Amino acid sequence: MSQNKDFLRIEDLVVEYTSDGEIVQAVNGVSLSLEKGKTLGLVGETGAGKTTIAKTIMRILPEPPARVCRGRIEFEDRDLLNLPEKEMLHIRGNQIAMIFQDPMTALNPVMTVGSQIAEVIELHDHLSGGEAKRKAVEMLEMVGIPGARYDNYPHEFSGGMKQRVVIAMALACAPQLLLADEPTTALDVTIQAQVLEMIADLKKRYDTSMILITHDLGVVARTCDDVAVVYAGEIIENGSLEDIFDHPTHPYTIGLFGALPKLTGNEKRLSPVEGLPPDPTHLPAGCKFSPRCPNVTEACRSGEVPAYEMTPGHFVRCHLAANAAKEV
Amino acid sequence: MAEPCIEVKNLEKYFTVGKGKLHAVDGVSFKIEKGKTMGVVGESGCGKSTLGRTIIHQHEPTGGQIFFNGKDVTKVKGRALRDLREHMQIVFQDPYSSLNPRYTVEATIREPLLLSHRYSKGELADEVTRLMQLCGIDERLRLAYPHELDGGRRQRVGIARALALHPDFVVCDEPVSALDVSIQAQVLNLLMDLQEQENLTYMFVTHDLSVVRHISHDICVMYLGQLVETSPSKELFERPMHPYTKALLSAIPTTDIHAPYQRIQLKGEITSPINPKPGCRFAARCPYAVDRCREPQELHEMSPNHFVACCRVEELN
Repeated sequence: MSQNKDFLRIEDLVVEYTSDGEIVQAVNGVSLSLEKGKTLGLVGETGAGKTTIAKTIMRILPEPPARVCRGRIEFEDRDLLNLPEKEMLHIRGNQIAMIFQDPMTALNPVMTVGSQIAEVIELHDHLSGGEAKRKAVEMLEMVGIPGARYDNYPHEFSGGMKQRVVIAMALACAPQLLLADEPTTALDVTIQAQVLEMIADLKKRYDTSMILITHDLGVVARTCDDVAVVYAGEIIENGSLEDIFDHPTHPYTIGLFGALPKLTGNEKRLSPVEGLPPDPTHLPAGCKFSPRCPNVTEACRSGEVPAYEMTPGHFVRCHLAANAAKEV
Repeated sequence: MAEPCIEVKNLEKYFTVGKGKLHAVDGVSFKIEKGKTMGVVGESGCGKSTLGRTIIHQHEPTGGQIFFNGKDVTKVKGRALRDLREHMQIVFQDPYSSLNPRYTVEATIREPLLLSHRYSKGELADEVTRLMQLCGIDERLRLAYPHELDGGRRQRVGIARALALHPDFVVCDEPVSALDVSIQAQVLNLLMDLQEQENLTYMFVTHDLSVVRHISHDICVMYLGQLVETSPSKELFERPMHPYTKALLSAIPTTDIHAPYQRIQLKGEITSPINPKPGCRFAARCPYAVDRCREPQELHEMSPNHFVACCRVEELN
């Protein structure tokens, strides 16, 4: 895997927040890689650190209270974390774009949607006002909104249409990497399906790579090539879509699938993951999942748990996987 | 059919808005058997929450009738309404805004008990303890405030408060939508356990179809205030008949990565429920719409207890 030229590589990323004098350990040694044109699903529950990872890539973390303690992010052979802000301005929006969860707060309520898209194009592509407007109309139509609505304000759109405006804005400069943070969570299922299909089409057209952040395993199944499961700021399992969905191995991943009501089958009761995610200001020693793990052993409660490679490309951070795998 | 706990006939709830009348619930009829769960699904703005709230008399119905244990309670007022509310409770979607931030867990659960004037001081404390145990809330959280609790625990407090006066009927309005999957499963299991122990009748309002399939005995599918299909749960997922139900079910992302994915494409956006035209509201997005669809639709019983509001249902299935 490491021989391949990866398009985005994150190595040993550690991010902390300071809150009320306490240190919140949000991201704890995350390593990831993404190939050109692929979609990686970042799955996990609230507070697992998914959004922090994306914001660190974009370099839009509020520092302070956040602090990147360690790690490296390589994007097309550039070291993002050490780029001067001036260069980052060219990458942000141009080469890496982000779609936020809530389309209602991502748009400026006192600007027409068209002019918000045109602003992005003017800024990054250095086009004149007229040309930028023409391209903005084109982008609107590409996401299925009539160009005649260029002069409408965000409140005149439904939630699904607003999210499509946000997507049009993110794709306006044909970025190579798209960070989509729960892009369809606020939408209804039939609209969600429309938006997911549209993202997939546009991705194909521009050969865009994507990191899709979500807690919805159904959305992951439909859109992603690779999956990384995040728990308490660590990637506890990652691999191809088939690795994770057909052979989930970490007890937490198995728990996530067990907690999900199925559309087929007749289970009477769900099997939830007992307990709660750990307090990020006081993470447990050893495996972060050990306090909730049904198969916990003494070895889990101390020391770092390494990632074991089950099959090529399928990594699991759990001692119980050790017998079936080789350590990396 | 066993005796229904709740029955609504042709229930209507309109709101007056600037541009006219918003038809939030428009001629909905169904029954919920005692001890069973009726799931109500639909997309945002389809009137599912309004339906639940109208049944428990948080809103006054514009038209139609509501029966509770066989008695017409549509027009109850004053003392009778107060008594009725003891038997009909609600669990809200957002456990962050539905609890008073200045009340401890104990005070929140004690409030309905106090208002009932049925418990002495000593009994109050015991009853709170019983409810906390029933809903799986640790004793050490008795004096905690909502901001000290996570979403799942807050929702347990909301459930304990709803169950305090032994209601027969509970409207669960998206009770797990704000929770993470692992916590969601814990709360769903709790609700199902409580239903068995307390013989509760639920109306479970949600937009999440896999959740509704899991918890419901029967399901109503709503679209813009209208009931488009109602059926026993299993049957609805095996043989959906209304074009909207079919499209809705096909749009759910499943976790089976090997299942063939055939989504029924819907075009267009949901139309406005303000001053709607008569006839099927789905017609504007329906691939099978014909002129007859612009007239009011009737419910056709396709198999026992499986009703579909579509004039073309026989030819399309």
